[in-house]
Amino acid sequence: MNDKPRVWVFVEQEEGQAHLVSWELLGKAGELARDLEGVLEAVVLGHGVEEVAREAIAYGAERVYLIDDPVLAYYRNQPYAHGVVQLCRKYRPEILLLGATTLGRDLAGSIATSLETGLTADVTGLEIDPESKNLIMTRPAFGGNIMASILCPDHRPQMSTVRPRTFPLPPRDPSRQGEIVREELGLSEDEVRVKRVDFIPKDRTVNLEYAEVIVSGGRGLGGPEGFDLLRELARLLGGEVGASRAVVDAGWISYEHQVGQTGKTVRPKVYLACGISGAIQHRVGMQNSDVIIAINTDPEAPIFRIADLGIVGDLYQVIPALIEAVKREKGHE
Amino acid sequence: MHLIVCLKPVPKPGTVRVDPKTHTLKRDSAQLILNPPDLYALEMAVELKETYGGKVTALMMGPPNAAELLREAYALGADEMVLLSDRAFAGSDTLATSYVLSRGIKRLEPYDLVLMGKASIDGETAQVGPETAAWLGLPSVIQVKKIQREGDHGWVVVRVREGYEEELFLSGPAVVTVEPGINDPRPPSLKRLLAVRELAPRLFSAQDLECEPEKLGLSGSPTQVLDVFAPSYQREQILLTGEPEEVAQELVSHLRTRGLI
Repeated sequence: MNDKPRVWVFVEQEEGQAHLVSWELLGKAGELARDLEGVLEAVVLGHGVEEVAREAIAYGAERVYLIDDPVLAYYRNQPYAHGVVQLCRKYRPEILLLGATTLGRDLAGSIATSLETGLTADVTGLEIDPESKNLIMTRPAFGGNIMASILCPDHRPQMSTVRPRTFPLPPRDPSRQGEIVREELGLSEDEVRVKRVDFIPKDRTVNLEYAEVIVSGGRGLGGPEGFDLLRELARLLGGEVGASRAVVDAGWISYEHQVGQTGKTVRPKVYLACGISGAIQHRVGMQNSDVIIAINTDPEAPIFRIADLGIVGDLYQVIPALIEAVKREKGHE
Repeated sequence: MHLIVCLKPVPKPGTVRVDPKTHTLKRDSAQLILNPPDLYALEMAVELKETYGGKVTALMMGPPNAAELLREAYALGADEMVLLSDRAFAGSDTLATSYVLSRGIKRLEPYDLVLMGKASIDGETAQVGPETAAWLGLPSVIQVKKIQREGDHGWVVVRVREGYEEELFLSGPAVVTVEPGINDPRPPSLKRLLAVRELAPRLFSAQDLECEPEKLGLSGSPTQVLDVFAPSYQREQILLTGEPEEVAQELVSHLRTRGLI
């Protein structure tokens, strides 16, 4: 074992399928490990998940701590927290990152309390302070009106949860070599106070987070029927429909479409904001889109400051024209 | 059956101010309201009480003037009101907050279930539920949409995950957070509003709760706010102008150039 500072990523998996956010975190954590002159390591818990550990190496982990145990066959807070806390006590990582998923949020809170360390949720930026070598964690604060940078100077590990799509997916290299260290869970099924009784799959869900094109609507639509137009454009472009918090609160469209701090973080190739003014609350959820297009009647709308392409105009004129133009374009193919 | 609901006083949106020195929230100037997502947890607890009998305790950490919000919780169906209030709690991050809540919950033993909202509208961390559970050594289940009693001490809950839901059996007390929007919080009862005018919440200080002083407030908070700032973005900011048809055509050619159509 070396004494280099360890930068850890908790790899979330379900039935042997890793959540992409884990690899996105490995990409970012690799940069942090480099700046710290440390080592990038992953933590994998589950049952029959050695393949996931090998994948973590392909995505950049130099070493993977693997706890493979039937008690970990599906996620429960208590055995998962027990396993990760035990590993942290043994190896004392500097940094521990988890995905801000249902599982990650639940697990991170338990680990942070058990280790009595700080936890920062929904971080949008991570960097190492060149002088103190502390982790600077940036997140939206005070209802998404402003950004805050947060430190955890005196406790270790420095912990953050990060939403899917906040950081880009790093390249996968299956030829990469790394070490897998097997550890014991040390907890039996009788000691676990939660059991899964049933599993209820949902009907089609909106996959906003990994959509390549998002056509999003805000208050400028004037009413819920405005979304019909956006749905047509989204269908044409093979994308999903997003929405601002204001219109979800107004009941124009369901919550699963909401983009922003209280909704989803997205990173599409094209984000088309229609009638969205662009409060920070919304911007933090879509600022990493490749191309941002904004249509708004108000030339002063903050959304234009972060748009690559801006159109000051009536979306009820521009969108139908755009639908026609896209149809023509596609007809040429 | 004893159900404890943790409620957070939050500044009414639009009344928030940031202390320029400490970068923490200036709560004195803000008008406080009950954190809206907590109302679903309170309604859930009141419905459970109506089904199974027992009582609901509304528990809050906050300044003395937050007592008014506990009275509101009483009007919404809570039976007892408990306020954890002490100057030593000021400046708490989620770890220190969850520690104080866990001390308050311990003080209210025995209990069958602790319920919280999914997240607060000011901090929006969704951390306090799992952190409190860990202080108490209890299981944590976040984003629950349904709760039923199972046997004498157990619960069956439905947890919302990405793309599916799962039903979990809990063999005893746990800390759950309730998914927003899953019920219709009732309006305050006039009768209870009148009755609560005569009542005051029980008040517990750090000393009453036998808190370890180093775990409170700023000293018990591992995280520190270094700075607050407005985000900056770098984008091309090309403005397309003209008739809708021209603009649409221009947009399509931009998309085509970038290989997006």
